[in-house]
Amino acid sequence: MAILICVAGGCAGGLVGVGGGVLFVPALTIFIGLDQVEAESTSLMMIVIVALVGAIRQNGYGNVRVREAIIIGVLSPIGVLIGVALSNEVSERVLQLSFAALALFIAAQLVRRARAAP
Amino acid sequence: MSRDELLKLAAIGTVAGIFSGLFGVGGGTVIVPLLIFWFAYGERLATGTSLAAIVVIGIFGTLAQGGIYGNVHVLTGLLLTIPAAVGVVIGTAIQQRISQQAVSYLFAILLVAIAIELILS
Repeated sequence: MAILICVAGGCAGGLVGVGGGVLFVPALTIFIGLDQVEAESTSLMMIVIVALVGAIRQNGYGNVRVREAIIIGVLSPIGVLIGVALSNEVSERVLQLSFAALALFIAAQLVRRARAAP
Repeated sequence: MSRDELLKLAAIGTVAGIFSGLFGVGGGTVIVPLLIFWFAYGERLATGTSLAAIVVIGIFGTLAQGGIYGNVHVLTGLLLTIPAAVGVVIGTAIQQRISQQAVSYLFAILLVAIAIELILS
């Protein structure tokens, strides 16, 4: 079961350009029995390899801007520090609801843009 | 690359990091839409570049987690990486055969699922 979910997670990751952790973490907690922190850490390691395989494939298809990707990646640790600091200052519920609202807004924008495309 | 573009890339990296730090979600959920809206990337270019950025972000994260806390279950992770890697090869292959708009719709579905999960948690 965990294997099937990981295939699905990788497939979803390849389709929409995310790491697949959304599915790896539940596979590791529910079917392998890791606790949440262990699952998130292990999922992160899986994501690195899966994203690397996906990026190599996409590069082969001509769909990667390597320099831009490296700039984004190298600056992310600054954001992580800000995120961790923010999570200590603002209530988790407020953050969750804010991000949920933002995710819905972006989803609507993507759909609107895709519908307008020729 | 212009100064303006560099600043926007820096902003995308920082925002992706903030969301990783806050919610543990991969940066991809932030990187893909921002590359589409700020750089007018097509969906395939945005998702491919996002995967490459995630490799770099994930290496930092894994080093922090594995090195400092030792929470990574290496063997289990590697065994499950094999089916996941097969999945990503299938996913990227499928993506080349569907329209870019379809990728946007799939991404919107993912975002709605994440929003529901956040609201219910």
